[in-house]
Amino acid sequence: MRTVDLQLHVGGRVLVDALNWRVNPGECWCVIGRNGAGKTTLLRTLAGLRKADGGKVLLQERAIGDWPLAALARERAFLPQGRSDAFGYCVTETVLSARHPYHEDAYWESEEDLAAAQDALQAMDVAALAERDVRSLSGGERQRVAIAALLAQDTPLLLLDEPTSALDIGHQVSVMALLAGLCRDRNKSVVMVSHDLNLAHRVATHALLLMGDGRCHAGPIEDVMQPALLGACLGHPIDVVRHGDRTIYLAKD
Amino acid sequence: MLSLLSVLSIITACAVGSVALSSSDLVAAMREVMHGHPSSMAATLVDLRLGRALSAFITGGTLALAGVMMQALLRNPLAEPYVLGVSGGAAVGALLALLLFTAAWTVDAAACGGALAISVLLYLLARHDLRGVSHADGSTPLLLLTGVILASGCSALVALMLSIAPENRLRGMVFWLIGDLSGSQFRWLPTLVLCGALAFGVRAARGINVMAMHADAAIALGIDIAALRRNLFLCSALLTASAVSNAGSIGFVGLIVPHACRFLLGPDHRLLLPAATLIGGAFLVLADTVARSIIAPQQLPVGVITALIGVPVFLLQLHQLRKR
Repeated sequence: MRTVDLQLHVGGRVLVDALNWRVNPGECWCVIGRNGAGKTTLLRTLAGLRKADGGKVLLQERAIGDWPLAALARERAFLPQGRSDAFGYCVTETVLSARHPYHEDAYWESEEDLAAAQDALQAMDVAALAERDVRSLSGGERQRVAIAALLAQDTPLLLLDEPTSALDIGHQVSVMALLAGLCRDRNKSVVMVSHDLNLAHRVATHALLLMGDGRCHAGPIEDVMQPALLGACLGHPIDVVRHGDRTIYLAKD
Repeated sequence: MLSLLSVLSIITACAVGSVALSSSDLVAAMREVMHGHPSSMAATLVDLRLGRALSAFITGGTLALAGVMMQALLRNPLAEPYVLGVSGGAAVGALLALLLFTAAWTVDAAACGGALAISVLLYLLARHDLRGVSHADGSTPLLLLTGVILASGCSALVALMLSIAPENRLRGMVFWLIGDLSGSQFRWLPTLVLCGALAFGVRAARGINVMAMHADAAIALGIDIAALRRNLFLCSALLTASAVSNAGSIGFVGLIVPHACRFLLGPDHRLLLPAATLIGGAFLVLADTVARSIIAPQQLPVGVITALIGVPVFLLQLHQLRKR
């Protein structure tokens, strides 16, 4: 996937200006920026949920708006930031719904879909909740069910808006490791928004910094996740500590 | 099983009334009606009751289906077919016709016209929401608010007409408002509307499920939200218009029946849409049978019965839901 001269405006402000950016298979990108810097807007634009305000998004060299919706749904999956459950669907039904793009003609799901859903639930450690009403889940459980649905959709490109925001620390690590594994072993592309610099640094291969004024920095994490640059991006000075072979980012006092 | 229930409800409706029929009479009379020559007294009764029961069945099914669709469209399980003012438009039309004309068909036509006029107005005013991709949580506040405002405008007009109506017309107007099936006969147009909408609903049921679950993110699963919302709006508006022009604004069927079905069968629209249609039909047939026989030969408007049954059932359900 790549963007050509992509522009994003929200409320008259230019958030992203002339972004030329390429995401290759096997790469795990983390999008970093302040609140309101356009991270979610960027992700929704990449997913095709909103139109670009200038330039275009190309998936396999085809503009995202020219894809038939069902075919596009087999290429990219999107995890929105929040969820509002109006109806009492059970967990399995929610995950099965992610198999929709694979069989538009059939009325009921196949055994194959059920197996895919169960695998996804297992991977996210929520198989025990399969029969529960989604409205009765805790925030973190609901988030894991949503990620399970994303896995069941089984697409080459995954777009995730704050996938670990509601998770406990153990699940944060395991979800991130799973996403990194998808990129490494199955050659998928991941683009996620995350506020946790340490987790991002551990699993991401690349980072995209949105400065909030239209400028962006994209590149491998060693190049982009530098304290000075991060400090400018986030609007607060950042310190770096080495701990064994790990890099820890700290907000300066 | 549900179809069996529906057939049973219609047969019951034929047998029960101010003149009760025994089962042997009923079978003989049914046979006469089937052959198209109702000559005996029983057969004439059955013919009349059958027409009314079928009309009730279609109206009930139409209202329940409209309710399910409206709830999916607004992503709100408390929505009902009347919430957007479509029935209010019908009421204004019908009362105006009751006030000015006398022929029965003008009332139905005016009701239908009023409902369609409000639907078009609503569509034009809330185009933005129906196009989708406006609110990340998938709510449709513009559509809902516009509908509620139009509905209250209509009820003001209804109150105005009731207050200036002459005494002798008032009774008919009030009966229309409560919802009344007396004098209604089986008709093809509402049947076609119901079948068409149900066919669309069943075809789109998977997409409706995905939209009900994921709101606007359903686009990421290959659902054309804008088209689905437009079609759901079109269907529920047509259904509501068809039901209210047939029988006035019968309350609660469009709210209670979808709820009861969700409670029994879960929220999967692939089951819910056909089941709600059948149960809604059967429910209204039985309610109407009660309405015309409980203080026979006097007839009650069926809307009173549906509300009297609907309110306690709804409260009971709500409490059971809270307990779980």
